[in-house]
Amino acid sequence: MNTRQQYCTFQLADLFLGVEVERVQEVLRYQEMTRVPLAPRMVEGLINLRGQIVTAIDLRRRLELPAREAGRDPMNVVVRTPEGAVSLLVDEIGDVVDVEDEWLEAAPPTLADDGQKLIRGVVKLDNRLMLILDAERAIAAPGAEAPGL
Amino acid sequence: MNEFDDVVNDFLVESHEGLDRLDRDLVQLEKEPNSRDTLSSIFRTIHTIKGTCGFLGFSRLEKVAHAGENLLSKLRDGEFALDPAITTALLQAVDAIRSMLTAVEAAGNDGDKDYADVIALLAKLQHNALRAAGAAPAHSTVPLPALPAREPAPATAVAQAEPQWDPVQRAAAAASATPVASAGPADDVHRAVAGGAVTDSTIRVDVVLLDSLMNLVGELVLARNQILQHTTTQDDSVFLATCQRLNLITTELQEGVMKTRMQPIGNVWGKFPRVVRDLAHACGKRVRIEMEGEETELDKTIIEAIKDPLTHIVRNAIDHGIELPDRRTAAGKPAEGVLRLHAFHEGGQVNIEIADDGAGLSVERLKAKAIERGLVTAEQAAKLSERDVVQMVFLPGFSTAAAVTNISGRGVGMDVVRTNIERIGGTVELSSVHGHGTTLRIKIPLTLAIIPALVVSSGGARYAIPQVSLLELVRLEGEQAKKRIEYIRGVPVYRLRGTLLPLVLLNRQLKVPGAGEPDVVNIVILQADGRQFGLVVDEINDTEEIVVKPLGKHLKGIAAYAGSTIMGDGRVALILDILGIARMARVVGERCERALSKQAETEERAEEKRHTLLLVQVGSRGCTAIPLTDVARLEELPRDSIEWTAGRQVVQYRGEIMPLLWLSDEVGCERLGSDAEETLQVVVHSDGKHQVGIVVDRILDIVEEKLDIQGAGSVVGYKGRAVVQGRVTDLIDVAAIVARHGALVGQS
Repeated sequence: MNTRQQYCTFQLADLFLGVEVERVQEVLRYQEMTRVPLAPRMVEGLINLRGQIVTAIDLRRRLELPAREAGRDPMNVVVRTPEGAVSLLVDEIGDVVDVEDEWLEAAPPTLADDGQKLIRGVVKLDNRLMLILDAERAIAAPGAEAPGL
Repeated sequence: MNEFDDVVNDFLVESHEGLDRLDRDLVQLEKEPNSRDTLSSIFRTIHTIKGTCGFLGFSRLEKVAHAGENLLSKLRDGEFALDPAITTALLQAVDAIRSMLTAVEAAGNDGDKDYADVIALLAKLQHNALRAAGAAPAHSTVPLPALPAREPAPATAVAQAEPQWDPVQRAAAAASATPVASAGPADDVHRAVAGGAVTDSTIRVDVVLLDSLMNLVGELVLARNQILQHTTTQDDSVFLATCQRLNLITTELQEGVMKTRMQPIGNVWGKFPRVVRDLAHACGKRVRIEMEGEETELDKTIIEAIKDPLTHIVRNAIDHGIELPDRRTAAGKPAEGVLRLHAFHEGGQVNIEIADDGAGLSVERLKAKAIERGLVTAEQAAKLSERDVVQMVFLPGFSTAAAVTNISGRGVGMDVVRTNIERIGGTVELSSVHGHGTTLRIKIPLTLAIIPALVVSSGGARYAIPQVSLLELVRLEGEQAKKRIEYIRGVPVYRLRGTLLPLVLLNRQLKVPGAGEPDVVNIVILQADGRQFGLVVDEINDTEEIVVKPLGKHLKGIAAYAGSTIMGDGRVALILDILGIARMARVVGERCERALSKQAETEERAEEKRHTLLLVQVGSRGCTAIPLTDVARLEELPRDSIEWTAGRQVVQYRGEIMPLLWLSDEVGCERLGSDAEETLQVVVHSDGKHQVGIVVDRILDIVEEKLDIQGAGSVVGYKGRAVVQGRVTDLIDVAAIVARHGALVGQS
């Protein structure tokens, strides 16, 4: 029996990533942001999501990808966490895709360390590969990165 | 959750309330053994618990309650009198019941401990007391068995127990349960059975629901702020009127919801009589606790936050403050010490005073300890005034237990007490007279959720500073900006009325580039941890009521921020943690000597009775001064914001209708052409409930002077006159002027 899972997909630099659709609260276009001096590097700022203050995390920085080109506004993938919503900043929002279990494979061991930790698996779509992002780990502050000061 | 769980939950909630009342009542009863009201209340509470747990099948719990009830019924029937042994046993029974209730809460049953010892003790006391009472009445020669058969049909147990009460007691019970005489006898019985204070006009509401309501109201306040900001660009009068209405309703709703979260401070104090009794017994001391203002209300979160610090202070007062009875008698004081708790509202804050009439702090021993611990040198210590030395108990270096018990004084963890209270935006002060006692004064805000704040900018971003930390604002322009800031080895300082004030550059602390006007320096003078410092910001914007929102987990660890909020334009702003910034900049925390010498300076000046005055110009007369203690805020209001009501001029101000008084009219002189100006200079005075705007022609300066007031009381509205900065200056008596307008300014 095949189980299916839906993923919300997005583009980040040259990566095509997906997050389980149940974890995603909503996707939004660019929101004005308040920067937080002294914050950990991965925190881009705070956004006002209909009265709720949400921390925005720059996924490019989190995944140690090159910085976004100037003048290109990121979009928000807002994910639910036990401590409230957190926004992941991505380049472009993609479609929601249906994935059958059997299309899923573990991330190749040759991925760089950081990639291995944050990528839970690879999905073989017809024309491209989709990486499944471990949202929980991506949101968790990396141990080495002490806050501010 | 099934129905049974619901019943058990209600039982738990009610029983916990009942037990808290029992602690209070029993201690009260010890003082007034003949109070039938108190005794009836105790009996009723135990009886209710017993009845309900029989019904729910908690048999162990029921047995303990029953044993207690038996003893109490004899007391109530006057067969013997209460003595400390009986009180202690009854309190033990209360503790046993409490721990069994905890077991019920955790495991769903009343645990496996049967507390046979407590039951046996209760039964024994009953025997002994009866024997001691001599000619025991006939019906009590057969003491009730300690472990009787269960009462019949649980559902009727409560109702059946009722007829045992004689009418007099029932009436007494009903009277104490319902202060307002009401309803018929059936209702009274019902109330007595329900365990006392529950009245038909109250309902239990889940705190989670209240919290979410409070959050929603917070959102509404923010949305309202946004709309109001938007209205400035609109001229549709219907829309504007609707916004105005929305504004008022939101403010009222905010107040209403905040009230639902208010709890009397008595909820925390309620357990103190028991704490005091137990601790005093343990120390061999005699202590009476007096409480005033138990009904003073505070937000639930604040009540939670002050619970531990207050308990700590109370324990300290008994343990270290109040002396043993013979030492008290030797010192000519009554053998029984008094611990006095007093709470009251003042100026939008709650004050709590905890005073004992104990030994007070020994200045000499504190000094010796401070020198020994290397906090001050001997020469410094010699120069310190008594009050400075007393403040040393708040220094972290004084907090280790050994250091303090050795010197007899308070101070175990007083720095922790202070930190906890400052964390919720409060302040603590301590004063002590050697030999006569110690008083702690705590000031805390009413609520944490919505606070007034000053909005400033630095590095292009806005930050909110909670107004409780704010003392004053200083703006230096042009030449002054260069000259008045001096440097000590690269550290900037500013001379504020003769005192050196360390300056902290917000840009530098936050590591952001500055973006202010180059030749203007804005200094926000703040107080943290008893220490003043100036925070230099790029721009000072405005004051605003802000809704405090917590920061996400990524940002919680940053000491510089206390939270975040949403501004009127919908953007997020960070709330600065003033204590955190002071620590980051090392203004407070590390160098105790510096703090002390600075305190010494402040104290010396305080001893000279200096006053801080707001100098204003009224008409063509010379200087007029208003004591700064009478000033809540200074505002510039547009002239066209004045509205008329019942022949008076008022403005809408911070969600209130604030009446305006012209100081020139009050003191009988010409207005100085200020009628032509577009803005009004308004001194806002607040008596805690109502605000009054006092319009002056010009605000000149704030000065600090040693005052020699002459002609006091000769003219209504004046406190007298004094020489201020070389000029004869009239001192305005704001309270008298406001009182003159009495009902008109809302003091009805």
